[in-house]
Amino acid sequence: MKALRKFLDKKKPLFEKGGKFAKLQSTFDAFDTFLFVPDHTSKTGTHIKDAIDLKRTMSVVVLALIPSLLFGMYNIGYQHFLSVGETAALMDMFVYGLIKVLPIIVVSYVVGLGIEFAFAQMRGHAVNEGFLVSGMLIPLVMPVEAPLWMVAVSTAFAVVIGKEVFGGTGMNIWNPALVARAFFFFAYPSKMSGDAVWIAEKADTFSGATPLAHAATLVDANGEIAKSIFEQHLSNAWDMFIGLIPGSIGETSTLAILIGAVILIATGIGSWRIMLSVFVGGYAMGAIFNLIGANPYMELIPAWQHLIMGGFAFGAVFMATDPVSATQTTRGKYIYGFLIGFLAVLIRVMNAGFPEAMMLAILLMNTFAPLIDHYVVQGNVKRRLKRVKVKA
Amino acid sequence: MSNKEPLFSTKNKKLLTNPLGSDNPITVQVLGICSALAVTAKLEPAVVMTISVMAVLALANVIVSLIRNTIPSRIRIIVQLVVVAALVILVDQVLKAFAYDVSKQLSVFVGLIITNCIIMGRLEAFALGNKPLPAFLDGIGNAAGYGLILVIVAFFRELLGSGTLYGFKVIPQAFYDMGYQNNGLMILPPMALVVVGIIIWVQRSKDKSLIESN
Repeated sequence: MKALRKFLDKKKPLFEKGGKFAKLQSTFDAFDTFLFVPDHTSKTGTHIKDAIDLKRTMSVVVLALIPSLLFGMYNIGYQHFLSVGETAALMDMFVYGLIKVLPIIVVSYVVGLGIEFAFAQMRGHAVNEGFLVSGMLIPLVMPVEAPLWMVAVSTAFAVVIGKEVFGGTGMNIWNPALVARAFFFFAYPSKMSGDAVWIAEKADTFSGATPLAHAATLVDANGEIAKSIFEQHLSNAWDMFIGLIPGSIGETSTLAILIGAVILIATGIGSWRIMLSVFVGGYAMGAIFNLIGANPYMELIPAWQHLIMGGFAFGAVFMATDPVSATQTTRGKYIYGFLIGFLAVLIRVMNAGFPEAMMLAILLMNTFAPLIDHYVVQGNVKRRLKRVKVKA
Repeated sequence: MSNKEPLFSTKNKKLLTNPLGSDNPITVQVLGICSALAVTAKLEPAVVMTISVMAVLALANVIVSLIRNTIPSRIRIIVQLVVVAALVILVDQVLKAFAYDVSKQLSVFVGLIITNCIIMGRLEAFALGNKPLPAFLDGIGNAAGYGLILVIVAFFRELLGSGTLYGFKVIPQAFYDMGYQNNGLMILPPMALVVVGIIIWVQRSKDKSLIESN
């Protein structure tokens, strides 16, 4: 460690003003502060001293994503061997998944960080660490068979249009990882939906549709057919909870996501208010549909099952809680979260074209988050003004 | 009229060239965005739309400029609309007669030229206060500036979204065999907005005087 510090200190003057590589100052700074706690101090005014800066915050989130990632790798192997009808050892499944997932992660990080560094250099900013999390989230919401160049294009779009145009980390109005996924979904729909992309190298005869896709077919099915679809594909809630179902790499296992949620809540980084209200909102809409029961989708899927299907849990824990694009006020968080869950289930059931509605619901509410905050703050101001008048 | 201006005095030239760059109707005046989103999925409709707008805008500018001193200002919008509507109907009929396919593609957007903000904007801002010749040049210039952006946007959208340019296939089949796919999002209107946004971004980072201070 000491040798590393010494090495960095020795090189530092090269990157400072007037040094040989002064242009690369922010790149150097990024690596330096990634490795060591930064020694920058504020020169004037009051400031809060806290060990947990942006980099540490981001590292915790990445840590919380690890269970989902590891389980995702295992599940990819599991689904593959299941589809071709072979039995394999646990380790084989995991290694198979690892080989499949690793390139996607590498592409996401290389492209995203490359653009991020380039922008920081051009603008003379310090490199922001926001992409550490986005770069991990992007692979986790991709189908395993996503072509790498499409991942690269989506990532580039997300970083440039989703983030840099607004001024970089902390200024974006949408969650960049979801922008990447939305771009992918609309640009290359054949690689993001259907039943061919969720299982790696699957046998042709094996249906690889996600439970959500099966559920979407319920809308037009009736009576016996609907029941048989449900029995065959949607009745095994335990598998959905554990995550042994086809789906995006990191989204399948509600269990692994909950472990991540515990980490986020325990460290105070993710907002439990948002997570809770997303689940409540989803359940509420599901329950309403159960009451209406206009088609088999509404009738047969119990409200709680919506919460463990598809990307609902993943979105609730990792996407909706993104501190930049979410609401900031306490009351706003409840409204924001509730509407995300509510809309996600609503879109899912009402529009078979968008089975994975969590992404759309979160992006939509991201857009409205500042508005919600505005009215919460204004409401508060009004209430307090009234109090003053009564006393006077 | 002793101090007759030459046809291409600097002032008149500016009327033609400014809208192409620093006074572009789409990227600087931010007018006519709606049709820029609607007709730019392919190059051909974009070009036809440009020509139609150019014809309507130039002629409307001239006509309104000619009668500018006789229009009572309280009903000027109605008068302008009548002039524009008459011209748009002419253009629509000509397209239907000579370019039926494109006219089909543009469908309702030809008729909607009436509501194209650029036209009303230029009539209000320029034709009402200037002589016919400068008004004519202003119309041509603004329509060209509008068309320039339309064509740039349509170029990228058609190339990336359909793999063609002006209907001709430009991305070789070998690419598709290797796994390349057309970007479906490019065909959708939101992407036109993003491309226009990128053009505005590039333009303003080159010409700092365009950046509004607030």
